Amino acid sequence: MSQAVNQCAKRLLVLIPAFNEEGAVAGVVEEVRSTVPGTPILVVDDCSRDATRSRARSAGAQVLAMPHHLGLGGCVQAGYRLAYELGFDYVIRVDGDGQHDPRDIPTVLEALERGDCEMVIGSRFVDDQGTHTSWLRAAGIVFFRAVLRPILGKPVRDPTSGYVGVNRTALELFSATFPLEYPEIEALVVLQRKRFRFTEVPCRFRPRRTGRSTITAVKSLYYIIYVLLGVFVNVLKFEGRRK
Amino acid sequence: MDRLFDLVAVFSLVLIVWVLSSVRRAHIRVEYSVSWLLAAAVLLILARWRTLDDWMAAALGISDSFIALAIIAGAAFLVVLYRQSLRISGLKDSSITLAQQVAILEFRLDALSEKEKL
Repeated sequence: MSQAVNQCAKRLLVLIPAFNEEGAVAGVVEEVRSTVPGTPILVVDDCSRDATRSRARSAGAQVLAMPHHLGLGGCVQAGYRLAYELGFDYVIRVDGDGQHDPRDIPTVLEALERGDCEMVIGSRFVDDQGTHTSWLRAAGIVFFRAVLRPILGKPVRDPTSGYVGVNRTALELFSATFPLEYPEIEALVVLQRKRFRFTEVPCRFRPRRTGRSTITAVKSLYYIIYVLLGVFVNVLKFEGRRK
Repeated sequence: MDRLFDLVAVFSLVLIVWVLSSVRRAHIRVEYSVSWLLAAAVLLILARWRTLDDWMAAALGISDSFIALAIIAGAAFLVVLYRQSLRISGLKDSSITLAQQVAILEFRLDALSEKEKL
């Protein structure tokens, strides 16, 4: 690895949360390396039971290994904490299952560098191009779009996307407070409470390479109730909307 | 009806003995046992003190004093359960923060070790 996470020029870090992704993580790391050569890559391994950690290391990433399984939010927040402590200016999160196409990292970074928002969401719907999602997830997206529209004061097309870039201001916020289990939607509300801005850029999504999604049909109802409650709790703490 | 009250009294006694035995074996910490012991003691008093049950039933507008006892006991146990949920939530938050800090420290330690090797 040409630039270690600890020695980089303090600019961009690519964060890859992974749990039992031994089949996909190495490919994702290699794709990130070829897209943004020299950029530090940090795989946050959420205590996988398979060879995720060693595959990520041999592909050239540095690994932040959780001592026990924290769930997606806890795992991503650990990465944000480390990135903030190490002084990175931007962090772009790419999932370890291969669904996010790393070739769109420069698009997300450009939007962050323009400086008119604190968070950039890589969206599969901005150009109506990405439809690699189940009907159940698509229905959830439509539902949460409607729920979030009045709360955020602007439309969000892909509220469940985990392809997210943040600048240092949002990094500071998320390293201190970040939703735990299904963080994407709640993170938007947390961001809005602090009057931070977000924007969406078109990104390519692909079917996952290996393994299965954590959001199965059975879990979907629980997901909707859990996230709705999380949104409601965060709205109760609402401090105002950015005009 | 008397048999139901006796049953509740026996249940309360079993609960008290169970909690005390768990405390003795260090299966439950003393501070977490207090809520359960208090709830069990209140239940025992209510199961034995029928005049108090009758008074509570009249105050709640219920004709049956056992139903009044059941409502009070149910509410008390819900409060205890909720207190335990609060504690579990606090502990989970602490556990996540600690796990993240341990992971970050290990990461930095490994980086230092690598540096020393060079």
